[in-house]
Amino acid sequence: MSPSLTFIVIGLLAIGGYLMGRRRAVAVAGGRPAALNSLPGYHGYYVAIWAGVPAALLFLAWLVLRDPVISSLVMDSLPETLTAGKSQAELDLLLATIRNTAAGVGFASDDPAIVTAAGHLNALQDNSRWMASAIVLVVALAGIAFAYARLGPAFLARGRVESAIRVAMLVCSVIAIVTTLGILLSMLFESLRFFQRYDPLDFIFGLTWSPQTAIREDQVGSSGAFGAVPVFAGTLLISAIAMLIAVPIGLMSAIYLSEYASRRVRAVVKPVLEILAGIPTVVYGFFAVLTVAPAFRDLGALVGLPVAANSAIAAGVVMGVMIIPFVSSLSDDVMSAVPRALRDGAAGLGATRSETIRQVVLPAALPGIVGAILLAVSLAIGETMIVVMAAGLAANLTANPFEAVTTVTVQIVANLTGDTAFDSTKTLSAFALGLVLFIVTLFLNVFALAIVKRYREKYD
Amino acid sequence: MTDSVANPPAPRFASVHTSPEARARLRRRYAAERRFRIYGIVAIALALGVLGVLFFTLVSQGYSAFVQTEIALDVHLDPETIDPEGTRDPARLQRVRYNRLVEAALREAAGGVAEGQERALAALVSTGAQFIVRDYVLANPDRIGETVRIRVPASSNADQAYKGFISRDVPENQRRISDAQFAMLDRLEEAGRLATGFNTILFTNADSRQPELAGLWGAVKGSFYTLLVCLVLSFPIGIGAAIYLEEFARKGRLTDLIEVNINNLAAVPSIIFGLLGLAVFIQLFGLPRSAPLVGGIVLALMTLPTIIIATRASLKSVPPSIREAAVGLGASKLQAIFHHILPLAFPGVLTGTIIGMAQALGETAPLLMIGMNAFITEAPDGLVDGATALPAQIYIWADSPERGFVERTSAGILVLLVFLICMNGLAIYLRKRFEKRW
Repeated sequence: MSPSLTFIVIGLLAIGGYLMGRRRAVAVAGGRPAALNSLPGYHGYYVAIWAGVPAALLFLAWLVLRDPVISSLVMDSLPETLTAGKSQAELDLLLATIRNTAAGVGFASDDPAIVTAAGHLNALQDNSRWMASAIVLVVALAGIAFAYARLGPAFLARGRVESAIRVAMLVCSVIAIVTTLGILLSMLFESLRFFQRYDPLDFIFGLTWSPQTAIREDQVGSSGAFGAVPVFAGTLLISAIAMLIAVPIGLMSAIYLSEYASRRVRAVVKPVLEILAGIPTVVYGFFAVLTVAPAFRDLGALVGLPVAANSAIAAGVVMGVMIIPFVSSLSDDVMSAVPRALRDGAAGLGATRSETIRQVVLPAALPGIVGAILLAVSLAIGETMIVVMAAGLAANLTANPFEAVTTVTVQIVANLTGDTAFDSTKTLSAFALGLVLFIVTLFLNVFALAIVKRYREKYD
Repeated sequence: MTDSVANPPAPRFASVHTSPEARARLRRRYAAERRFRIYGIVAIALALGVLGVLFFTLVSQGYSAFVQTEIALDVHLDPETIDPEGTRDPARLQRVRYNRLVEAALREAAGGVAEGQERALAALVSTGAQFIVRDYVLANPDRIGETVRIRVPASSNADQAYKGFISRDVPENQRRISDAQFAMLDRLEEAGRLATGFNTILFTNADSRQPELAGLWGAVKGSFYTLLVCLVLSFPIGIGAAIYLEEFARKGRLTDLIEVNINNLAAVPSIIFGLLGLAVFIQLFGLPRSAPLVGGIVLALMTLPTIIIATRASLKSVPPSIREAAVGLGASKLQAIFHHILPLAFPGVLTGTIIGMAQALGETAPLLMIGMNAFITEAPDGLVDGATALPAQIYIWADSPERGFVERTSAGILVLLVFLICMNGLAIYLRKRFEKRW
């Protein structure tokens, strides 16, 4: 049975269990449902849970475990002559050959040992598939039988069903923690493998980044240097340009909309500004390549300034435009949290509106605005598509916004979407960059969220 | 008062507010006030201006992709070439080289061709034309031997030339259509063979190396399967987590940890989720690359915080009296939640979910990490088939320099934006229609 069919069968058994449980409950009540402790439906749910949940969990476990287990069984069954003294990469290649031979596709092999192993693999896969289907069926039926036997007038079906639902909901909310842990562990694990091959100090302080590793031993000029300073510097340069665009425009439009604009203007302009936040980043990237970068190049040519085709300024400006609505709506929030009394006090002393805003509201809202800006910085650092499409690939250590620079996210994409082997230093370096990115944005986010939150509470 | 300033008569109570210095100060302060206002207007105008330029660029670049130049050819379905034995065997008809028929028909339509110009002429018609003729023959084997009029797409270069995007004033060696080809196109047009029609290929084909044969259908299907997985996972899990956190969780370490995690996950860069998908789901669990299944799982993890936060907010907005009434009538806590509070909060939950799905639809970076930017010419037929998604398809096309692909990239973006506008519009409608003020 295919996996989806198995899940359908499990689902059908659960529905069957529900119907059986319900009918049974009505039957034992002798036509008086009030004699039951719980409503008949809960008896049905109880049987359904016992029918579906253990079987589904077991089947999921099998789906996750079958490949690694079968592979290691096949590799163990290989004769010594094939496996002796081989590296992990060669063993992986051997396993791939056996798989291809078994499936009859791609680079098959006619080595008799491999053909035998392929037959072994096919047999194991067939067996495990049948066994899994059979076991899942038996478990589901056993679950139904077990639950069915327990039903009765005094059976506390509702309590049991409700505690099962509560456990399920707890599991749902723990998924957030599991995701964070998964991110952290996978990044750490792959980064450790990278740092076994490359000195962490060199990674953090090195000044040359050229991830092209040698394919042949004697290749010239592709030694693979992973000094990430130019990459970090490029990220900071583009983020700084983005902030120079986003912060003044975002802040001023928030001030205008909340303090000056009439209700009708606000009702139109605010949602239109928010469209900017809803546009997918790949669209901004295309816009940067198609319109903004050529515009800057032509402008540069006009005043005699050489501007690279994928200059930092084009990517930065477009990213800044993307971030405007975030800055504007977050600072709008914190400014409207400033109590009315402060504004009225300033107005009572004769201050004009702009004086009230600049000398009373903004200072009072400053921590919150700083928090909003930090969130925006974290967004800029982690933004991927705009820079992948509009920024450069080569790591340039420069502060000139008209040259091409590269960023952390560009390097992650570039090093992982090539066709190098998964465990080459180049691909692993992407995970080290990812770890740095995750940690930096994590600190920025936690810090900024704490500021914004504390600030909102202060005036409540 | 004014003449007293011009000629001060040394008043007994000189006011600091009416002295010339004070008036100058006031003027400066009012000027500063006006400037400040103008800064605000300029800021908004800049932001809206960029938005306008963005949409103008996309529409002006993309509108032409919705029409496609077609060449009407009178193809002689020559039995000698197609089916010399006369068996009408489909397997045999499948293997015929129909491009010879296409080229012959093209020569006839253009009124003959000069010596040595055959290749230039053949380059005007799409390489997909032969398959259109093949499919016609397979569908109508009884027409073999007749001459039938078939409309085939022009090649991308001819298409661009006919739509007027290739200027004849540019030196010949700098454009993709030669003078001779322009003359052929003119002859075809005089003969009434050229016409533009709605570009159905854009909506029915998957990706292709030829711009005129590349379409969005594969990407649309890929996005559909990806969002399906995303919805099936994130909707129940998000609601479950939100109910637990809002209704059951006691204040404590675990609850705080979960809340910090959810808030933080909402702000983690999307590419990090892609790295997670690559390292855990593809490398560790051995799920296939480029599959909507993996894309959907990764996007579900990203969408969860949005759904959880929206669900909690709308659960919180249901007044406690409803719960108290339900419990007072003997409902258990879960019955009160599932029978009364959740249905009342549902419009808010749905709005949050749709907005989360719209975000997921526009997300590209994590899909690149798990290989959903592969070049795939078949629309996917399931959750584990290789597939792209709409934004990934846009990214692939944006990489190609040909004008035909630039046009299609813009058109793809317009299609994506239409989907997003519909989803967000639906969310706003639901909110307006069902929102309750207690």
